[in-house]
Amino acid sequence: MEYLLQQVINGVTLGSIYGLIAIGYTMVFGIIGMVNFAHGDVFMLSTFIALIFLLALTQTLGFGSLALALLIVLLLGMLLTSLWAWAIERLAYRPLRGSFRLAPLISAIGMSIFLSNLVQVTQGPRNKPVPSSLETVLTLREGENYVVTLSYKQLLIVGVTVLLLGAFWYLVQNTALGRAQRACEQDRRMASLLGIDVDRTISLTFVIGAALAAVAGLLFMIYYGVVSFSDGFVPGVKAFTAAVLGGIGSLPGAVLGGLLIGLIETLWSAYFSIDYKDVATFSILAITLVFLPSGLLGKPEVEKV
Amino acid sequence: MASLRADAPQSPWRSLANAVTDALGAALLALGLAVPILALRTEQNISNELILQPRWGYVAIAVAGTFAARLGYLLLRSPKRQPRRVKSAVPNSWREIAARSLAVVGLGLLALYPLIALALTGKAGAIKWIDNFGIQIMIYIMLGWGLNIVVGLAGLLDLGYVAFYAVGAYSSALLAQNFGLSFWICLPLAGILAAFWGILLGFPVLRLRGDYLAIVTLAFGEIIRLILINWVPVTGGYAGISGIPRPTLLGLPFNASEEGFAAFFHLEFSPVHRAIFLFYVILALALLTNWVTLRLRRLPIGRAWEALREDEIACRSLGINTTTTKLTAFAIGAGFGGFAGAFFAARQGFISPESFTFMESAIVLAIVVLGGMGSQIGVAIAAVAMIGGTEILRELDWLRRIFGPDFEPTQYRMLLFGLAMVLVMIWKPRGLIAFRMPSIFLSERRRVRADLVQEGHG
Repeated sequence: MEYLLQQVINGVTLGSIYGLIAIGYTMVFGIIGMVNFAHGDVFMLSTFIALIFLLALTQTLGFGSLALALLIVLLLGMLLTSLWAWAIERLAYRPLRGSFRLAPLISAIGMSIFLSNLVQVTQGPRNKPVPSSLETVLTLREGENYVVTLSYKQLLIVGVTVLLLGAFWYLVQNTALGRAQRACEQDRRMASLLGIDVDRTISLTFVIGAALAAVAGLLFMIYYGVVSFSDGFVPGVKAFTAAVLGGIGSLPGAVLGGLLIGLIETLWSAYFSIDYKDVATFSILAITLVFLPSGLLGKPEVEKV
Repeated sequence: MASLRADAPQSPWRSLANAVTDALGAALLALGLAVPILALRTEQNISNELILQPRWGYVAIAVAGTFAARLGYLLLRSPKRQPRRVKSAVPNSWREIAARSLAVVGLGLLALYPLIALALTGKAGAIKWIDNFGIQIMIYIMLGWGLNIVVGLAGLLDLGYVAFYAVGAYSSALLAQNFGLSFWICLPLAGILAAFWGILLGFPVLRLRGDYLAIVTLAFGEIIRLILINWVPVTGGYAGISGIPRPTLLGLPFNASEEGFAAFFHLEFSPVHRAIFLFYVILALALLTNWVTLRLRRLPIGRAWEALREDEIACRSLGINTTTTKLTAFAIGAGFGGFAGAFFAARQGFISPESFTFMESAIVLAIVVLGGMGSQIGVAIAAVAMIGGTEILRELDWLRRIFGPDFEPTQYRMLLFGLAMVLVMIWKPRGLIAFRMPSIFLSERRRVRADLVQEGHG
């Protein structure tokens, strides 16, 4: 029982990170119907940006307060990751709008290869151990032979995720930008006829997705304590799985999917086999797409001839 | 970044000022992107702590380079041309003759390639050119042609093609190791097994299309790779399988022994014999793939594939059985992937899951797409350009003289590969050979213009 509780705590933490990344996939797919294959690598890039700024602040500039340093890292990371996503959209995807359907996907795959290799070349191929921080652990419950713990890191991750999702939900539901986004999702041509700058809206969608991925990147770095240039692919695919499972295009779906994937992954590793945990995720991806293509909360797609 | 308006009449000074402003914007963007990923390198010191190593020089180069490139592009680009409406003066039949002669010349060059390499570089130097360039490129041409059946003809985007390559390689290696079968028996068996896996993985994805199909096939490819890694008793895990028997020429092994190839023909033993032999084997396999594809295109099944690519719903309304059509495309494409895998295993003598990562699928897909999906010669050209281009990076020693002795051109291989994929998509989204010759026609065979080609629709 205690063991299960601990796994659920770990799963929710992991799921929060996946959920944050998944929003980037689901929003972009919703608005331009494209799988932004490079999103996982944008996330990986953001872990490196966060690592470098954290080192610069704590080592080079000698910041005493860790909380302040993390806040600055978060803001700078969101800013620079958004800049990357903006530039990628502008240079690699926008020229292909209106081209044949697979062109943006292939361009995105190229971008993904480019980003992971760029980081490999500039930062070196080794794993980077992150200086540890926030090691305090709360003991929740002491069983006979198992102690359930909740670390500050996990609290931070879940707290930040909930806070950001709230802010983000407000943005999409109640602001002009959110309305423009939803309008573009429904009908891009009609939206542009009604005076919405479609290109700008799409750019902002990429920027928001990347900013959330940057948050996920910082949390991921703190949680795992190690980053590597190859960390984009697997978390990216898992977050995409989360988006698909929740129903691609649906924001609450992405978060729900992220939590489910996080839980499934931790419970699978805890009770079955840790070697095959990625197989579990990939199988869920395949099974969902084949049997439930609209996901849990998505709208079924009707094809018109 | 405010872009220059070409339509408004402007004084040269004003347009220069605009260009400079624009280039400054681009440089500023480059600065933002380069900080911190390029400016500060994380390195581990002796006590395993990460420290930052500033490299602002690189940032300055990147920013200045962006500025110069953007400015040059803005000032030197030709004013926007009106889209040409003039019909090409060259009649279609001439072009066809040109295309055909290109194919014949290319084929001749391929057939003579090992001998040319041998003549130019001698026995010791030729191995590198035949093995690293010739065989490597031919493997990718064969994979590209195999995937072309699935992606180019049937219009099913497959991101997990490497799974069939892996199935072919592992089944032939396991058959050879456990049952002592020779390469020539393993080869067809590997192809058949891979085709069987193509059907098996094709079944669940029958109703998916476009991006979803791509992602599911990617998942299947990864699942197969993870099983290869984790099923240690059979596959050897990360260690892989080694000691796979090399192919023989009618029972003559390519070694220095008494009954070897060299001894039989009273030649001096040289490892180049095996390289040349392997080159011709893969050439024959690739040409077989090409020939089968060309013949299949004329059969009803090939026409059904192409109809499926153009419009699945119309296809179904006309009574074409889309299930069998898709499954045959998957099976035949996978079968050729399996042949290539068996050849790969025999050529290397060693296989491990490292060789079957998603990156390989992406490379093969990039070759098919860059070549212009459906075009056989385009795929071959793209494979030569991409694989040959990245292999040639290994040879660029003069770069080391410019950038210093630590400069390692090969680490930029995949970086350039990814960049090339993006750039070619922007420059020619439909690939190098964008037009299409119809397989069946009424009275005159006319090429279909690139802007009318709409694959990946369904």
